[in-house]
Amino acid sequence: MTRLLKQPGTVIAAILLLLLAALPLLTQAFDQRYVLSVGTRIVIWSIAAISLNMILGYGGLVSFGHSAFFGIGGYAVGILSAEGVPSGWIQWPVALAVSVLWAALVGALSLRTRGVYFIMITLAFAQLVYYLASGLEGYGGDDGLNIGRSRFSGLIDLRDKATFYWLCFALLCGTLWFCGRLANSRFGYVLRGAKSNELRMTALGFPVFRYRLVACIIAGAFGGLAGILLANEGAYVSPAMMSWVKSGDLIVIVVLGGIGALFGPLYGAFVFFALEEMLKPFLDLFGNGWGEYWQIVFGPLLVIIALYARGGMASLLRARE
Amino acid sequence: MTALLATDRLVKRFGGLVATDNVSIDVRDGEIHALIGPNGAGKTTLLSQLTGNLAPDSGTIDFAGRDVTRLPTHARVRLGLGRSFQITSVLREFSAADNVALAIQAHQGHSFRFIADARRDRALRSAAQAGLDAVGLGARGSVPAAALSHGEQRQLEIAMALAGEPKLLLLDEPMAGMGIEESQRLVGFLRGLKSRCGMLLIEHDMDAVFALADRITVLVYGRVLASGTPDEIRAHPEVRQAYLGEETA
Repeated sequence: MTRLLKQPGTVIAAILLLLLAALPLLTQAFDQRYVLSVGTRIVIWSIAAISLNMILGYGGLVSFGHSAFFGIGGYAVGILSAEGVPSGWIQWPVALAVSVLWAALVGALSLRTRGVYFIMITLAFAQLVYYLASGLEGYGGDDGLNIGRSRFSGLIDLRDKATFYWLCFALLCGTLWFCGRLANSRFGYVLRGAKSNELRMTALGFPVFRYRLVACIIAGAFGGLAGILLANEGAYVSPAMMSWVKSGDLIVIVVLGGIGALFGPLYGAFVFFALEEMLKPFLDLFGNGWGEYWQIVFGPLLVIIALYARGGMASLLRARE
Repeated sequence: MTALLATDRLVKRFGGLVATDNVSIDVRDGEIHALIGPNGAGKTTLLSQLTGNLAPDSGTIDFAGRDVTRLPTHARVRLGLGRSFQITSVLREFSAADNVALAIQAHQGHSFRFIADARRDRALRSAAQAGLDAVGLGARGSVPAAALSHGEQRQLEIAMALAGEPKLLLLDEPMAGMGIEESQRLVGFLRGLKSRCGMLLIEHDMDAVFALADRITVLVYGRVLASGTPDEIRAHPEVRQAYLGEETA
């Protein structure tokens, strides 16, 4: 324990988690309700980014279609809600099951390809769901769908912002715990080994394809979970949830935070959203509407990180040890 | 004595080039069968078909009493067909002990275990340590594979191949890039290994080949030019002309 505390990375991760745990109390004390909604998005996106990190960071599989899980998890909740099934006890398992099935299907086909082809095929599948959702006229089409929040009668009320936030935070902690265990498990070693040297792993007798497929399915389940939460956060689902830009944002968050680092996606999401929220009003000082173009500043920052901190924020924290 | 591994009239073409031309060879239990031949003779192509990385155009491969011609690599490994690579192929970011532990994991059955910490798995770690001890890397377990010397990486390769308790080991130029002293140590080690498994050895170091091999097959332009004991091969006129001549001249 004392050894852990000597590592700045661990201390900063602990501080960040404590801050996030206390966020509803802080935002209430300072009457900043908007900050809580930003915090909720950071937590949900962290879950999605951690799930992407499982395959991208540990498996070396650059999926450019991860936002599809936002949409699939979200639309499963949204469609059930629109069809008069408000119960979360039904919505959530169904959403997770659909996400897992989707991950199995996409994984089984895309894992037969490598490199750029893998990136393109995962993107193509995500676009497929995107246009499918746009075509669902009965469920709002391009405009999306207003939904009621999932009901867990008697147990928890998701309409309460703080309650919902804490649920998301608890799920984030669970996701972090699982991912941390996974990385160092036998399965995690095989996954990371296959990233390092696929030929060698096959020669050792590992059916690499199967292990990667299972990794995709696990990541899909957590991605779907993030989609469920995102739908409940805004009480709204739309095709925009799964545009390819969102898949790109998820990759940016993972790379920014540190590929294959447990807390990397959390740092990445935190910095990504914090910068967005800070750069917008800052740029608006220079001229009305300039805030819209916050990515003009964000882009070069990303280039600097990519050039000088190859392991992302997590490696910067480690370097000071 | 029945053959552990046998190929029957194996053929592999790349366009107009016949890289493997009707090759029938076999390796018996507990013997070292060396495969020699000039560069481009098709040694590595043949090996790739044995491991399952390349599919032959015709012919069959039998291993441990079954036809494995169409089996994928990982299934052949499960049957006891281990290999070491010509170009050192270890998991560079992983420690030496982790490399061997993964090889043991592969041998122990599936690795669909998601929660328990593999580094705290005492049975796995002690087996990995034993594997490192066997090749003389016992003190280097915690060193990242990338930081090991070239010779040590070759030793690690062999430790990984052995961790699967193979019946047959395919060794693709195990001495490549090794110093004389390291080579001699490896020759001694491989000789000691004969009690544990058969070996098919591809090697350019003729001293090592003639010191180790029970039988030698000479491959030229994808065809078997000659096959026999080291003495027979040494005396073979065509072999002397085609291959050995270059080196003894």
